[in-house]
Formats: sequence, structure tokens, C-alpha cells
Amino acid sequence: MLRRLVLCCVLLCSSVAAFALTPAHALAIASGDSDDRIAALNDAAASAADGLGPFVQALLDDSVKVAGDKVFIVQSDKAVDAATGAAATVPDDAEDVVNNNRVRGALQAAMGALQLLSPDIEARRAGVAELLKQQLDEAQLPLLEKAFEAESDAALKASLERMRATILVSSSDKAKRLAAITALAGSGQGAVASLLQERLAPDAETDPEVRAALARALDSVRDRLAWGERIGVVFTGASLGSILLLAALGLAITYGLMGVINMAHGELLMIGAYATYVVQNVFRNHLPGLFDYYILAAIPLSFLASALVGAAMERSVIRWLYGRPLETLLATWGISLVLMQGVRTLFGAQNVPVENPAWLSGGVSLMSNLTLPFNRIAIIAFAVLVLAGVALLIARTRLGLFVRGVTQNRRMAACVGVNTARVDTYAFALGSGLAGLAGCALSQVGNVGPDLGQSYIVDSFLVVVLGGVGQLAGTVYAALGLGVLNKLLEGVAGAVLAKIMVLVFIVIFIQKRPQGIFAMKGRSAEA
Amino acid sequence: MSAVLPVSAAPSPTRVLSLKSWFGVLAALLAVVVLAPVLNLVVPEGNLFHMSDFAVALVGKIMCYAICALAMDLIWGYTGILSLGHGLFFALGGYAMGMYLMRQIGTDGQYQSEMPDFMVFLNWKEFPWHWALSDSFVFQMAMVVLAPGVLAFVFGFFAFRSRIKGVYFSIITQAMTFAAMLLFFRNETGFGGNNGFTDFKRILGITIATPSTRMVLFVITGLVLIGFFVFARWLVASKFGRVLQAIRDAESRVMFTGYDPIRYKLTIWVISAVTCGIAGALYVPQVGIINPGEMSPAASIEMAIWAAVGGRGTLIGPIVGAFFVNGAKSWFTQAFPEFWLYFLGALFIAVTLFLPQGIIGLVRRVKKEERP
Repeated sequence: MLRRLVLCCVLLCSSVAAFALTPAHALAIASGDSDDRIAALNDAAASAADGLGPFVQALLDDSVKVAGDKVFIVQSDKAVDAATGAAATVPDDAEDVVNNNRVRGALQAAMGALQLLSPDIEARRAGVAELLKQQLDEAQLPLLEKAFEAESDAALKASLERMRATILVSSSDKAKRLAAITALAGSGQGAVASLLQERLAPDAETDPEVRAALARALDSVRDRLAWGERIGVVFTGASLGSILLLAALGLAITYGLMGVINMAHGELLMIGAYATYVVQNVFRNHLPGLFDYYILAAIPLSFLASALVGAAMERSVIRWLYGRPLETLLATWGISLVLMQGVRTLFGAQNVPVENPAWLSGGVSLMSNLTLPFNRIAIIAFAVLVLAGVALLIARTRLGLFVRGVTQNRRMAACVGVNTARVDTYAFALGSGLAGLAGCALSQVGNVGPDLGQSYIVDSFLVVVLGGVGQLAGTVYAALGLGVLNKLLEGVAGAVLAKIMVLVFIVIFIQKRPQGIFAMKGRSAEA
Repeated sequence: MSAVLPVSAAPSPTRVLSLKSWFGVLAALLAVVVLAPVLNLVVPEGNLFHMSDFAVALVGKIMCYAICALAMDLIWGYTGILSLGHGLFFALGGYAMGMYLMRQIGTDGQYQSEMPDFMVFLNWKEFPWHWALSDSFVFQMAMVVLAPGVLAFVFGFFAFRSRIKGVYFSIITQAMTFAAMLLFFRNETGFGGNNGFTDFKRILGITIATPSTRMVLFVITGLVLIGFFVFARWLVASKFGRVLQAIRDAESRVMFTGYDPIRYKLTIWVISAVTCGIAGALYVPQVGIINPGEMSPAASIEMAIWAAVGGRGTLIGPIVGAFFVNGAKSWFTQAFPEFWLYFLGALFIAVTLFLPQGIIGLVRRVKKEERP
């Protein structure tokens, strides 16, 4: 208690004397029982005393010693007096200052608070981030005010203002509370919503006017949060949709155009993902400098790997089963089992790690509760590119012309000299290669394991069935629609029920439109 | 398979079975009802002719699968509709039986509660509505038939009415069983989640794990299999069965001749589903566990391969196929666990490419070549 009195006197003096750290002050922070030390520390931090920063840092580094009423900072054999900064010799009986976890937390908070005044913007940012983690109270208010006045960066100023408002919202002055609530109303953070909610509790706030303001502020914060969520749902839906699209595009060609039920399509995806894994390892071991760009090499290689496997499948098995879709289904299921087991033998049954390159990790933060990860943005862009490429290939190239010709009338195409057998192989390899690309994309957002394909095969077939056979446009709409629908329902009913609801929806939809969204019209529809 | 029958051969109503085949059925009956119990229960262990409990369990299990394969053959081999969702009907029958068996555990569970362990674990205080009558054997046996039957009827009614055919139908049935699997994986559904039902103690008050109870279940399964085989023979030889085969070969023509294919398809679809459910109900007490894994698309598609390996469009084929594939599975998973999936995969490919008529077709071909 006496110590506190002394401290108050010291503080009174120090506030006159341009906030310098006095020896008594340093002593109060460095020794005594935890509560008093923390109180002294907060007082000192609030007045932002000169020389406090290095002192707190030294305390955090455990390089402070106390001897009698003198406090020393000891760094690599040199000692200085903590208050004056003058060089000093440490007496032999000096004791180390020990900080328990509570004191350590307070020290970190003080450090953060002190950083707010640093001329370096990065330090100030770090300080704000540190303070956001701490429980703030009125002791820190003066410092926040000071930092707020001095701050030039708009974003930091806003967070400081929000922090100040968080403290002031429980102030005893009604006007201050109202002002704080108005400031908080502009925020879009979950923490602010729960703070306002807390203040709205019957025993926390009694003034009706303030209560009304609180309720209004809470509504506006929640409104903003809800928008963040909605945009998030649409984005994750679009992201899932683009993955489905990538997975289903290959099927749209092999099933949609060629009528082959390829149950091994999921495993072609898996092969693409494993190809990416292999490329990643090669880069890590042999070209570590270019590691960030391994994905650029993995894209064509995963396409090639899956396309080669697909071509081999077509030549060896599927070729003999054209026109017998049910048999194709079973044979390709057999192939999928062999491929899965083959991967298990080669790479083991465990999932393998595929790392994002540095430029694909992280994300842009649009709102406090809405961050768009770069890898998902990249996948959406990638899906668009692949789609454009396939559309061009089918519509504009000679191979595309042949594929369309063979699809529409195999015999007539053969009669005019198209080598239909070769077109089949190319088209199947193309569809398989697209699956490889999808696998490469998937490896950036999910687990890569032998069962990877199984989880996408049902979904991608449903996309093709829903979109309508023989239609790329239908596939696009169906993939995006299913993706967004799935994520929307997930928000309402949880992941599993959402999936079930989507499946039921598709079954019902097929009742109404057995040919999918875009039915083929004319004679080819009957085939 | 798709060849149109010559007119002269078609009309005369065929017998259900030839005399020789009746003898075969009789021999099978004797083997199941007399031989197996004697070899298992009377012949002492260590004797060359002793049938081990393991063999009883294995053959009993495979006989359940054979019933499924037969059901699959009726819908696929004779009607041309490939279902990839029969595992769901099998599992529904199994779950209906499993619910009853769970109630039979009584207070012998780990938590010594009236409620099944998983419900205690979920902190449920009373039975959910669909468990209300689960302690009644009669009701649950009715559910074994009704649950798959009603689901098949509703699903089939809408699917066939909107003329979903061929591959579309296969994929939709696969989606159906996939959705059901996800549903049953949830704890909230009230079917034990991931773990399903296991640790059964009694059936009808009789301890389930004794050799004699197992043998009774074995005999019942064998009788059902043989009975179903004869029934299926009768069915495919009847006028109804002939219409089914006509639908398989040329559905539009059947329609234009004045038949309503939907009724025929729906009937055989429901019969097939119900039989699968019965097989599931027989399977669960013998194997001692039922979980949502039985509803996975892979399990259903394996049923198709049993029928295909043995020979579609014959009735003995699926039984042979079920025994061949599952016997191989049992052997492989013990001897070379890594190679089982390679073998199964190769089997899928080889049968579709080289043996469209399955093993039975191969045997017939060899016989024909011997006696031209």
C-alpha cells in the first residue's frame, strides 16, 4: 500500500517532468508483487514515459537486474541504469527480475501500446494487432488517445478509434458512451457484435437512450456481418462450382460427347493430383530456387499423365465396348480399382502433402469476416481458362470438328474419311487430361490420397446428368448451380444434410427434365 | 442375349425346372439342411470332414450375397435395368433386423441401460419415433420387407414413370444409395452413425453366438436361397418373365404391342429390392454387424459383378458368381491383401471384355464345342 502511495507521488512528479522514466518508477515496475508491478507498468505505459520501451523489452528478454533501489539493464556484459540510461556497474548482490505469465502478458500489452507511437508503420501495425488480443481497460486510454491523434494511416486510425470506443463504451460518462457506440456502429467485426450484445445485458446498461443506441448499433454491425457471410457463401459456392466444373468438363466430353460411362474418371483426377505431387517433389529436391513455380510445370504434366492413362484405357478396354454403356461402366469401375490400388502400392495408402506455392497461399481480406484465399481465386480463374480453352478446341479446331462430327453421326463421319477410331482416342485422352488438370487444381485446396477420386465421381456424374448430355454450356450451369446451391444449403442445414438435399433435388429434377437442363433437340436426342 | 427368339420356340410354356435340375435343387436342399449341420455339429473337430465354424460363417455370408446376386440378376440380367443401389435395400433389411437385435441386448450393453449403447452415448433419454415398435420381432420382420419395398416402389414409380433408362437410371440409383449412406453416417439419424449396430447378444431370446444358433441361421439362409431360386425360375418361365425379357430386348416394341412396361418393371424392381432386404436381414445376425459402409456405391457395384461373373440371364450364374467372387475375396484378403483390388479390378475388366455370359456362358460354350 505504501508502495502505491509512493508511486502516486512519483507519477504526479513525472507527469510534470515530461514523462521521463524515473528510478523509483523503474523499481516499481521491476520488483514487488505482480499486481503492483502491473499497475505501475500500466501507469507508465499510459503516460508513454521516455525510455520505457527499451526497459520493457529488456524485461521481456529477462535481462533486468535489481540491486537495492537501483534497476539495471544488462546486455552482453554492459550494464546501464534503467532510468537514466547512464552506464553503470552492477553490484555483485544484484538479483534477476523474474516475470510470471501475468506480468509477461502485461509487458507484451505495454510493448504493443508503446509501439503505437513508433514512427515505423509496421511497428504500429504490430502494436495494434497485439493490443487487439489483449483485454483493454481505461488505464490504456490516454495512450490510445495520444496514438490516435498522432496516427496518419487511415486503417490504423480506424482500428485505434474502435479500440478507444471499446473502452469508452463502458465509461461512466453518458455522452462518451453514446459517442463510443456511434463509433462502434461503423464496424463489421464479430467481436464488436458480442461486445455490444454484452453491454445490452439488463444489468450492464441502464440508460434507455444509450440502450436504444446500442440496439441500433448492434443491428448495423450484424447487418454488415451478414453481408460478409453472404458474399462468403457465394464465393465458396463459386469455388466449389469451379472445382466441380473442372472435374465434370472431362466427363462432359467422354460421357456427354462420346457416350462412355467412365467410372475411372475420379481416378484420372487422382492421377493428376499425384502428378502434381511428384512435380512438386522434383522441384523441391532439384530446383529449390524455382519451387514457387512448380505449379506451372505441374499443370501440363498432370494433363499429360492423365491423358496418357486415358488413351491407354481407351485403346485397351473401352474401344471394345462402344455402344454397351452398362458394360463400359463395369469395366471402367474395374480400371478405377486397379488405378487406386496401383497408387497405393506406389505412394502408400496415406495422403501425401502438396504445398501451395508462396504466391497461392494467404488471401485478400475484404471484410473482417470475409477473406478470399488466393488458391481458391486461382482455381476459379483456372476453371474459366480451361473452359475457354475447351470451348475453343471443340468449336474452332479441326479435332473439335471431327469430334462433333463423330458424335453427331459416326457412320457418316467415317464415310467422309474421318478416322473415327483415332478421333475416339484423342477425344478420350482430352477428357482424361482435363480430369488431370482438375486433379492438379484440387491438390491445391484439398487432401491428395488414393481415395481422392471417389469423393468426386458421384458429384461430377450428377453435374453432367443435370446439365444435359452433349452440352458444354449445360455442364457449366449445372456445376456452378450445384456448387452454390450446396454451399447455401450447407449454411442452413449442415454439410451432410445439404449434400443429401442436393441429391434429392437432382433426383426430383431428373423426373421433370430427364434430359437435363439443356435437352438436345432433334434427331440426335432419340439416340 | 439380344437375339430375337425363333417363333417356333417361343410360345410353349416351359417347365419351371427340368427333372435333372430338380434333382440338383434336392441335392442342394439336402446339403444345406442335413449335411452341413451334421458336419458342423456332429462330426468332431479335427476330423477331416468337420465343417469349421469359420466355414459355416463364410458360407452363410456368401449365401446371403448369392440371394442379392440373384435379385440383381432378375432386374439386370432379365429386365436389362442395371441398379447400382441394391446395397441400400440390402442395408435397409439389415438395419431393420439390427434394430430388433439391438433391443434384444436389453440391459447387457456396456452402460447397462434399456437403451442401446450408442443412444446412451448420445445422451438420449427416450427412443426416437422410428424405434417405437423395434422390440417387436414381427414388426421388425415386416419392416425388413416394407422398408426396402416401399422405398423401391416410390423411387421406381417416379423413375420409371419419367422413363429414366439405362445409364441414367444406374447413376440415379448410385446417387440414391450414396445419399442414404451420408444420412446413416449421421448420429442424429438414430442408427448408430459410423459404427452402426454390433455386439448383438440374442435373437428371440436365444443366445446368438452359439454354434447351434448359427447353424439354424445358416439353414434358414440356405432355404431362402434355394426357395428364391425356384421362385425365380418359376417367375422367368412365366408369361410375366417373358415380358420382362422382351422389355430388356426391345422396350419400345413391347410398349407398342400394348403392354405397359412400367408395371412390369416396377413389379420386378420391388421384388428384387425386397429380396435384397431379406438377404440383409439374414446377413446381419450371422456377421454380427451392420454399418453404413454397406450402402457405399462400391458395395452395390460389387453386387453387379457377382451376377456378371457368374453369368447374367441365367439363374444359377449369379449364385456361382457370388460364391466365386466372395470365395476369392476371402482367400485373397488373407493371403495377399494388397492384390485383392487388383484381382477384383481385373475381374471387372476381363468379364466385360471376354466373358459377357460369365462363367456359366463359358461352361456352356465348352460343352457345345465338345458335342457339336
